[in-house]
Amino acid sequence: MSALLFKNARLIDPETGTDSVGTLAVRDGKIAGPTGMDDATVIDCDGKCLAPGIVDIGVKVSEPGERHKESFRSAGLAAAAGGVTTMVTRPDTTPAIDTPEVLEFVRRRANEASPVRVLPMAALTRGRQGREMAEIGFLMDAGAVAFTDCDSVITDTKVFTRCMTYATSLGALVIAHPQEPILSAGAAATSGKFASLKGLPAVSPMAERMGLDRDIAVVEMTGARYHADQITTARALRRLERARSVGLDITAGVSIHHLTLNELDVGDFRTFFKVKPPLRSEDDRLAAVEAVASGLIDVISSMHTPQDEESKRLPFAEAASGAVGLETLLPAAMRLVHNGHIDLPTLWRALSLAPSKRLGLDTGRLKAGAPADLVLFDPDAPFVMDRAKLRSKSKNTPFDEARMEGRVLGTWVGGAPVFPD
Amino acid sequence: MSFRARHLLGIEHIAPDEITTLLDLAETYVDLNRSTDKHDNALQGLTQINMFFENSTRTQASFELAGKRLGADVMNMHMQASSVKKGETLIDTALTLNAMHPDLLVVRHPDSGAVNLLAQKVNCAVLNAGDGRHEHPTQALLDALTIRRAKGRLHRLTVAICGDIAHSRVARSNIWLLGKMENRVRLVGPPTLMPSGAADWGVEVYDDMKEGLKDADVVMMLRLQKERMDGAFIPSEREYFHRYGLDAAKLDNAKEDAIVMHPGPMNRGVEIDGTIADDINRSVIQDQVEMGVAVRMAAMKLLADNLKAARSAPKEVAV
Repeated sequence: MSALLFKNARLIDPETGTDSVGTLAVRDGKIAGPTGMDDATVIDCDGKCLAPGIVDIGVKVSEPGERHKESFRSAGLAAAAGGVTTMVTRPDTTPAIDTPEVLEFVRRRANEASPVRVLPMAALTRGRQGREMAEIGFLMDAGAVAFTDCDSVITDTKVFTRCMTYATSLGALVIAHPQEPILSAGAAATSGKFASLKGLPAVSPMAERMGLDRDIAVVEMTGARYHADQITTARALRRLERARSVGLDITAGVSIHHLTLNELDVGDFRTFFKVKPPLRSEDDRLAAVEAVASGLIDVISSMHTPQDEESKRLPFAEAASGAVGLETLLPAAMRLVHNGHIDLPTLWRALSLAPSKRLGLDTGRLKAGAPADLVLFDPDAPFVMDRAKLRSKSKNTPFDEARMEGRVLGTWVGGAPVFPD
Repeated sequence: MSFRARHLLGIEHIAPDEITTLLDLAETYVDLNRSTDKHDNALQGLTQINMFFENSTRTQASFELAGKRLGADVMNMHMQASSVKKGETLIDTALTLNAMHPDLLVVRHPDSGAVNLLAQKVNCAVLNAGDGRHEHPTQALLDALTIRRAKGRLHRLTVAICGDIAHSRVARSNIWLLGKMENRVRLVGPPTLMPSGAADWGVEVYDDMKEGLKDADVVMMLRLQKERMDGAFIPSEREYFHRYGLDAAKLDNAKEDAIVMHPGPMNRGVEIDGTIADDINRSVIQDQVEMGVAVRMAAMKLLADNLKAARSAPKEVAV
């Protein structure tokens, strides 16, 4: 494999917390250090940022079942264009990815169609029904990197406890959606002044804390490795902090939408802003941003959820939840940098290093020997988002027509260019 | 003074002077409706379609009569019984009807925001006849006209809206309207039926009827919406009536000349005592029904004028 030499790059290294201009050499698909060989292809970065590729936990690729919404090809192209070099995919497909056979299908499709790495997660219970445990051992052997029922909460705490106990014996990572499921049933918005005025079915933000409280207790009981997919409220963050301080193996993520948008963005029933959990108050948004900066929230995800026009062009309560995010994750996250909330190495800790570490991967770093999964981007390049130009098959982005800054100039996976293609 | 809106989707997006313009016009229709020859040709040649995705007798009859008295061709569609059952989406239904060239579309739907969605897809004037728990603008306008006629003004009044606020689109539209016209609004009801965040709406919130009604000029009772309730909101109807039903003793706390309103249909003995509802010295409930027709005539006339103006305006040519 040929060698690359990135010259004059602003190197963003989340591991060392540094942001400095320098040179980075790549050889045989791995990062080789600051100096290259004479035969290397030189890439002049012109002072633009070079960072480890984004590792996005919780991407929904709608295969199997709904390939018209998103395929491994379209999602992979979108990821490459968005600087995402590893998609950690969700099992909430149709059927759910809950057997080694379905997982093998997913891996085969991913290998032949996606230009970026795909690491599949599998369901924790059969059919994500919350009743019977999935074959966690077989699924791990088949390559599942984590186990999750996605936004379907296991209501039966006995089942959840057994799944967590069993997963612990295998060292499996369990990812859950902290939410009190009965309190939040049917909700399309966060309760409060705005949702009440619009007459939307809403749930108290307290439901997230209630869900997290239960999960923390089960982690304490079982010693499981646990990751909360999205923590979006200040009150739940306080519980997370306490659980961490007593040494429980708990990490947490948040979606980019909850860091950059709030409940008021829904406006007059704009269903592209309907996500799960629903968008929160501005105070909660700021608390989540603060938690990312401090490291209390480890991971930022796109929570990429493709939905076709038909499932979104419905009355708000009936419309499907979720937004696409692979291509908008980086420019949206740059808002946090441009607003002065967070610096680039800290942002990349949440986008790349922390998710890599949590999954036991050696990506997310710029040190010699790490895989050369890289993104080159201009942090200041302005553009107006046009959803029609998204590579995803589904165009359900809340950032349509938004003014954004931050453009991906190139993406490499294992030293091979995947964007521009 | 003018009325600029293209649709009447809610009170939220219309201005105080538009409200006044509409109520002034409605006054003239009150007179027309009381005369023997109740006909005007303001909507002559226009087609009005009433699309009700939710059961309604009173509102639909009121819109139908309003359209007919102004000379429109009126068609009623009961959507629960039609293609919705066959799986057609709201948008497709709207596009199908749009192809029939209606001029006024009156829509009621059980989901908040559904009428806004529909209005984006059609090229006629849309009137919201109630969407979920969101808004019911013509009800608020008819309430406003009733209050203005009974009290001689529509500002600096203390209005107590009582009962099932959480499930009520009538309450939300009234809160917008009464607030825009600079009145003092109180919400009175059990905390389980009070929407979360209501105290931040610029209203006063009470869970005690006697306190909430103290010195009120207007007591607006709401229907207990049993059909929208999906869990434990109140222990029983008799306890609800005891604590929140409007009877003579509770009404004594309001001003001596306070009027009693109810959007109907009433649950007598649940939210309101029958004798109060029938008290011609206090209750304006029948006036509300009368004002309903006049207000809907005014709303459709003003929207039709704007529609005609928009259609006759020179069109921009795409180059």
